[in-house]
This record gives sequence, C-alpha cells and structure tokens, in this order.
Amino acid sequence: MARTLINLPRNPKRGEVIEIRTLIQHGMETGYRPGPNGVTQQRDIIRSFTCLFNNEEVFRAELHQAIAANPFLEFSMLVTESGILAFTWSGDNGFEQTETRALTVA
Amino acid sequence: MRRAALALLLAPLIALAAAAQPQSGFELMAPETQAMQRDDTANPGMLWVQEGEALWQQSGCAGCHGDAAASMRGAAARYPVYDEARAGPIDLAGRINQCRVERQGAPALALEGEPLLALGSFVAHQSRGLPVAPPADPRLAPARAQGEALFRERRGQLNLSCAQCHDDNAGRRLAGSPIPQGHPNGYPLYRLEWQGMGSLQRRLRNCMAGVRSEPFAYGAPEYIAIETFLMSRAAGLLLETPAVRP
Ligand code: HEC
Ligand code: HEC
Repeated sequence: MARTLINLPRNPKRGEVIEIRTLIQHGMETGYRPGPNGVTQQRDIIRSFTCLFNNEEVFRAELHQAIAANPFLEFSMLVTESGILAFTWSGDNGFEQTETRALTVA
Repeated sequence: MRRAALALLLAPLIALAAAAQPQSGFELMAPETQAMQRDDTANPGMLWVQEGEALWQQSGCAGCHGDAAASMRGAAARYPVYDEARAGPIDLAGRINQCRVERQGAPALALEGEPLLALGSFVAHQSRGLPVAPPADPRLAPARAQGEALFRERRGQLNLSCAQCHDDNAGRRLAGSPIPQGHPNGYPLYRLEWQGMGSLQRRLRNCMAGVRSEPFAYGAPEYIAIETFLMSRAAGLLLETPAVRP
C-alpha cells in the first residue's frame, strides 16, 4: 500500500466550496530513463485519479509521464450534504488504491 | 550629531553580527518551494514520516522508547554524539541501526534504504522547530576538527573546497541556483531533483561529485566528522525535518 496524505476541512458548511488536497507515494517512472544497467526502465506511472462523493464522480484527472513523483493534486468541490469521499489512483502494473474519508457538514 | 555618528559607527557592527547568524537553505528557496515545505499536506517528506511512524510501531521501537513525541524530542538536534562503543561520534542513522543490531538482534537497515530513511525522518521530525544544539562534549573535538579540515580542503578536478562555496560564496549563484550556507538542519529531506527522500550523506555525495571528486562510501567516518562540524557551524538554526529543497 502506498502512503497517502489527504487533507479536507474539518466541518465545512452546506453550500461552501472546499479545497481537497491529496498526495500519494509513487515513483512515476517515465519509461524513458535508463536504469543502472543501461537498459531503459519500464514505464510505471499512475494514469488516473478519481474522487467520488457518495458514489458520484466529482473530480477526475489523467496523469502522464511529465508529472513528478509522489503526485500532489488539489481540487475544489461544492459541499451539499454529509457523505463519504472515495479517492482512487490507478495506473501501470495493476496499481490501484482507494482511500475513503467521511465529510461531515457543520 | 553625536547620535548620528554613533549610528554610523554601529551600522557596520550590526551588519557583521547579522552575517555571523547562520541562515537556513530554506531562506533562499523560491516561495513555491517554501510553501511546499511549510504545508504538511503538500510536503512529500511527510509520506516518509508517516511510514516511519508505522515502522516505529511495527518493528518494536515503541516497546522500549514508548511515545516518540516525548522520548525522541531533541535527539536529532544533538546528533552526532559521542558513542562509547565506537569510541567516536555516531550519527542518528547509526544509532537506529545500533538499536536494531545490539538491542533487537535484527539485521542493520541498509544505509539510504527506504526503511532507514523513513525511521530517520520520523525520529528527526520529533525535533522540528528546536534549535541545533551540538553537545559541548570535549570527546567530539577531534571529529569536529577533522570535519572542519575536510570542509576547508580543496578536492576534485575542480579543486574546490566546501568553504569556497558555502562560506566565501554563499548567497551568490552557481549557474541558476543560489549557493546556500550548506547547513544540515533539514535532513532527511525531500529534494525535488531526487524526486525522493535523501540523507545528509546523499547531499554531501552530490556536492563531492559536483566538484568531480570521488565521494566517500555511505557510512564513512569522514561524513560523520563533516556532519559533526556542520552541526556546530549551524548551532541555533531550527530543525526543519522533513525539509524540501530544490
Ligand atoms: C531493547 C530496547 C530498545 C529497542 C527495541 C530500541 N531501542 Fe533505541 N535505545 C535503547 C537504549 C537503551 C538507548 C540509549 C542508548 C544510549 O544512550 O547509549 C536507545 C537510544 C536510541 C536513540 C538515541 C536517543 C538519544 O536521545 O540519544 C534513538 C534515536 C533510538 N534509540 C532509536 C531506536 C529505533 C528507531 C528503534 C527501532 C528500530 C529502537 N531505538 C529500538 C533501547 C532500545
Ligand atoms: C561548487 C560549489 C559547491 C561546493 C564545492 C560544495 N557545495 Fe554544497 N552545495 C552547493 C549548492 C549549489 C547547493 C544547493 C543545491 C540545491 O539546493 O540545488 C549545496 C548544498 C549543500 C548542502 C545542503 C544545504 C541544505 O539547505 O539542505 C550541504 C549540507 C552542503 N552543500 C555541504 C557541502 C559540503 C560539506 C561540501 C564539501 C564536501 C560542499 N557542500 C561542497 C554548492 C557547493
């Protein structure tokens, strides 16, 4: 399991636009670099990120080789009700990880 | 009139005093990189701190040391310290491995491997915000003197000493990047160029290779001597682990 950091405001108000920040530990190997043996290393990147709120997609991003290791993503969302946020990163070599967080409106 | 003259007299003295204060590499960074370091949810080094916290529990450190926030607070600000068993200085990574080998009967963790970087980051993070406080132990004096000699010695095909960059030209630029004073107060740290976490020794190896000299092997006593000197040179600077550097 890759380590992640997810930051949400603690008790947002209904109707508030909140910032959500995520960071995940991943090497984002581009597929262009030679390894120590001179042979080009296989690409191993996260290719997609999605955020669902109560099973409805609120944010999606496609990631590519030019993105740095340990990618940091920040996006905003309009808060309408309390619920569960599910963050999923998926990519090469079957990489897939989901983290969930509860969001409680004040 | 007298007051103006006094002010004129004092101005150069104040400038001198300011120059004597060590300055963290943090101060020379771009505002975006500073913001990344300051914000624990944007600082990738926190991923290693988190990993280290898990290892602290899983690999039995907590069994002897309990809550690291209390037992490890201030440790990183003092290291390297004098170690009886080695009859010389030991750095924090060396101490962690000493605990594993001698107190847990476990194999030493590889230097610069992810588990040791994670544990080292977690332990050093407990001292974030504390001033660098090298011990006054006279038994450290030989290592400090050796470290200072290495710092002033010219090396490599470029024939440059650490001091020529980090004392004589600190604050100026080398190609595009500012030359910091070269302080050890943020390690292990996340370097954007590495796209990962690295120890002070990795940083020193970069500087040695940069002047086209052969770096010492990881764990060499020369690095610990240099670190002992660098810590005394950085006395009073606040610890930043996990720092971010370009
Ligand atoms: C069996 C008990 C034991 C275990 C397990 C243990 N330690 Fe220790 N540790 C000690 C003792 C005793 C000292 C004090 C050594 C000294 O001062 O000479 C120490 C000292 C240290 C110090 C130096 C603290 C200071 O203030 O100078 C660090 C850092 C440390 N241990 C980290 C770890 C880590 C990380 C682990 C897990 C991998 C660990 N220890 C596991 C007993 C233990
Ligand atoms: C040619 C100039 C040069 C020489 C010689 C040099 N360095 Fe550096 N050093 C730099 C630069 C430039 C940086 C900052 C690089 C960056 O952040 O991108 C740096 C960074 C550092 C840092 C990291 C500071 C921080 O804030 O994290 C330390 C510590 C350091 N050097 C120590 C040394 C030591 C010890 C030596 C001698 C073995 C040495 N340097 C030799 C140019 C030099």
